[in-house]
Amino acid sequence: MISLPFADVTYYEPWWVQIIKAIVIFAVGLQLVPVVLVVERKLLGRFQHRYGPNRVGPFGALQPLADIVKLATKEQFRPRTSIGWLFAIAPVISILTAVAALSLVPFGGVVDIFGTDVGLYGVDVSIGPLYLFAFGAVAFYGIMLGGWSSGSKYSFLGSMRAAAQLISYEVSQGLALVGVVMTAGTLSMSGIVEAQEGMWYVIPQFVGFIIFLTASFAETNRPPFDLVEADAELVGGYNTEYGGGRFASYFFAEYLNVVVVSGIVVTVFFGGWLLPFGIDTPGWLQPFVVLFKMTFFIVFFIWIRATLPRLRYDQLMSFGWKVLLPLATLNALVTAIVVVATD
Amino acid sequence: MAWPPSPDELIVVDAPEPGGAGGLYRAFGETLRGLKTTFARVVEGPTTIQYPEEKVPVYPRFRGRHRLHRFEDTGLEKCVGCSLCAAACPADCIRVVAAENTPEHRVSAGERYAAVYEINLSRCIFCGYCEVACPFDAITMGHDYEMSDYNRSDLIFTKEMLLQEPFERTPLRAEGE
Repeated sequence: MISLPFADVTYYEPWWVQIIKAIVIFAVGLQLVPVVLVVERKLLGRFQHRYGPNRVGPFGALQPLADIVKLATKEQFRPRTSIGWLFAIAPVISILTAVAALSLVPFGGVVDIFGTDVGLYGVDVSIGPLYLFAFGAVAFYGIMLGGWSSGSKYSFLGSMRAAAQLISYEVSQGLALVGVVMTAGTLSMSGIVEAQEGMWYVIPQFVGFIIFLTASFAETNRPPFDLVEADAELVGGYNTEYGGGRFASYFFAEYLNVVVVSGIVVTVFFGGWLLPFGIDTPGWLQPFVVLFKMTFFIVFFIWIRATLPRLRYDQLMSFGWKVLLPLATLNALVTAIVVVATD
Repeated sequence: MAWPPSPDELIVVDAPEPGGAGGLYRAFGETLRGLKTTFARVVEGPTTIQYPEEKVPVYPRFRGRHRLHRFEDTGLEKCVGCSLCAAACPADCIRVVAAENTPEHRVSAGERYAAVYEINLSRCIFCGYCEVACPFDAITMGHDYEMSDYNRSDLIFTKEMLLQEPFERTPLRAEGE
């Protein structure tokens, strides 16, 4: 009898609660994306002495609705050189992996809702970061296949860059998390949060935090590492040939990835639902604490976008391999020594 | 090269070598400096003028849409139909047809008046030569600049239209603003 190497998942809830949970998390994710969208455009405007969108609805709040309606009602078309089914399936992969990664972000611990124990997260797998990187790696297929199956030079170049960029930065991102995992002694996301009771990991793992954050910009294809899109040189990169609903899917996935990465940073380095100074967080407050902390990182992502210019391709590569990777390795090594020495 | 260099000599100061631990430290610091710079823009606030609601005030000498004038006391038109404006116009957009004033039908203060006075604003280049050419200050450049319309024939302004006060006053820039 061979036992399959599946991850241990701790379930507290009956099956129907899990279905409700899945729907709620998906719905919340779906609602967050338009908010991030409009916040990004408003903030980018402010960073450039502008107002940003303020015509659709009060203060431009309905701008994402207008955008989505416009995109959804557009005609679906594809280049004659493209491979139809891959072209159609690629945005689906992107959006699926983004939502799957969102299920990993714990919005709270296990709380009692009407007599049922409910964990305020999608799943609490015993291999949290591995799950995250697995889906991060699959997400790259969405971009890669999308660009390649378009049958266009720009898309192809964009997807090639995506491949190189994601591979180089995922290594550093993973290694940056190794330090946290060793300190916490667990791979479970809620376990990592609970291990931060005394001190948030941003203090002992500051270098890891910086590396993780930097690599996250590359993982989510956000400026200054948005070479995958690189509007100025590649038209639109991997999504050049996409329009309408499929483009909306890519767009959605990109912004959901920003939300997910913010959630992961909050979970891993900023104590998730924990309040500082050892204040006990009541169960109903926990998701709001997480969302509040996530807002900071979402705004930071936008802030960086307004600030830093796009890197040149060779700069991106040399930064990833010559700076981030050695730093991440050193960080993991030093953490390992400290963990063993203080054990 | 002599040291210290004379004041006319230029010294090239090389930037520190990129890369290495120092480069990383500098990149981090420069990023923070950049973040500070962009945040200062938020603090300053937007400089946008919300155009249809807010309008940019014009300077007193702004050359907008033309206006024809009457004498304030008698109400007679200042234009005597001399066609000097039409002659001065480089874009050839002014058409004047003069007619004789009669004691029963007196329109202008002079001998003749403009029976037809049309300015084709789709051709006008707003140079203001008509204003300069006019011997009686009958035509001046006003302050209106919102003149877009849906078809070209509506942009031919007749004498009556030019004599009217504009419906909406364009804000005028205050002295020294």
